[in-house]
Amino acid sequence: MNIAAPLIEVENLEAWYGRRRVLHGIDFSVQPGEIRVIMGGSGSGKSTLFRHLLGLQRPVSGSVKLFGIDLANASERELLGVRKRIGVSFQGGALLTSLTVGENVALPLREHTTLDESTIRIMSRLKLEVVNLGGFQDLMPSQLSGGMVKRAALARAIVMDPRLLFFDEPSAGLDPVVSAELDELILRLRDALRMTIVVVTHELESAFKIADTITVLDQGEILMTGSVAAVRASDNQRIQDLLNRRPREVLVDADAYLKRLTEEEA
Amino acid sequence: MNALARPLASVGHATIDALGGIGYAAMLLFEAAYFAVAGWRVGQPVRLAAVVRQMREIGADALPIVALLGFTVGLMLGIQFIASLSEFGAQSQVVIAVAKSVTREFGALITAILVAGRSGSALAARIGSMSVSQEVDALAVIGIDPVRYLVAPALIAMLVMLPALTIFANAVAIFGAALYSAPALNVTPTAYLLQTLSLLSPGDVWQGLAKSVVFALLITLIGVSTGFSVTGGAEGVGRATTRSVVLSICWIIVVDMIFSFFLNR
Repeated sequence: MNIAAPLIEVENLEAWYGRRRVLHGIDFSVQPGEIRVIMGGSGSGKSTLFRHLLGLQRPVSGSVKLFGIDLANASERELLGVRKRIGVSFQGGALLTSLTVGENVALPLREHTTLDESTIRIMSRLKLEVVNLGGFQDLMPSQLSGGMVKRAALARAIVMDPRLLFFDEPSAGLDPVVSAELDELILRLRDALRMTIVVVTHELESAFKIADTITVLDQGEILMTGSVAAVRASDNQRIQDLLNRRPREVLVDADAYLKRLTEEEA
Repeated sequence: MNALARPLASVGHATIDALGGIGYAAMLLFEAAYFAVAGWRVGQPVRLAAVVRQMREIGADALPIVALLGFTVGLMLGIQFIASLSEFGAQSQVVIAVAKSVTREFGALITAILVAGRSGSALAARIGSMSVSQEVDALAVIGIDPVRYLVAPALIAMLVMLPALTIFANAVAIFGAALYSAPALNVTPTAYLLQTLSLLSPGDVWQGLAKSVVFALLITLIGVSTGFSVTGGAEGVGRATTRSVVLSICWIIVVDMIFSFFLNR
């Protein structure tokens, strides 16, 4: 099928919060040009995996490679090189509240290029047009609605024309119409700009609409990685629970239960 | 056994946390200095515009309140020294008493406490709320080192503006003392100020300025390190802001005492 080197390679990644293991030896890779959705319920470890993919957290063991560069062992300069080639849209947008929308979008260009001011202005307005926010550049982030903040954050993420785009919960907290528009936008970005896109979400509908492949994460383990059809057809109980919104059947281990109740430093 | 071990453990945890905090602040200082000196070589330049903006917020915007406090403290010192020295018939010594106590101690101390409350807390709140809303993460993934973008400009601005404000506070405080004391001493305020200038040695002023440089480091590092370690949303930001002010003022007073001890032996 695809013989190109994967853009993202995760090998045997483990993560711990205190004594709790959040990721159990994750193996994971993303090929150029695909839209990968990482899906999982709350507490499945998908946010933690996301932070590791961005190099915001150092792996306890295992490795995360973007463009073949190991983030944990990369030099300052290599890391900067990687970061110029990726775009990230955070869940809450994470626009800098002290800057206008236009300045937020222009920020990566100002910091990483030597383009003159008028070129930067044109390029950032162009990206705002792409996300249907033309003319909003002079507003402050606090004056935007939730959906607009997400789109502005997306404009900032793609302003450097990254090869790899990360998107955390595109539809969380948005009404169905706006989130459908965002899904369309993601598909358009892949087709028009040839981006490889990684989306983290728990929204099934949006996941099935945009994904080429889906990775299902549950309790820190990858249950399966496959096409939309394969995931739908999976006979794994927990995947089906997730797909059909069935409450989990929690099996209680009596010993562990008693231990949690009585132990002082659980 | 447990009754003994529990308090010991908590003392141990507190000690480790405190040491960790000091280590973290030292690391931030080192990184900020590195970016200020060599940042442009690794694609992380400290922008002059950011430094100037911080200098305005920390320095220029604080001038009215520093003037007010400096003047009041000067006036107060004038009143106290006139009252206490006149018991020994030594009112004329007020000039030197005020001059030395203001330049060596009060100018630097009052300014630092004020700036800790004004700008140290603002740094902690700003960085804290940025951490909570993932803005710090966003900066990092854009390829802008948060320490370079948020800490280095504030540190440079503070190191320049706190000594500058201290000099200003010295002048205003001595002027305030002159207004009260000159009539009591039957001299003109001008004569009082001229006498002050002739009695002051450069060493007195330097002592205050040296302290203010150390205070500037303390205020910035405590502000930014509490800001970066914020967890737990809006409540965490509030706690960090309070913590940064209380910690800064405690450190300022303790360090001031240590400095005074060693500089006056």
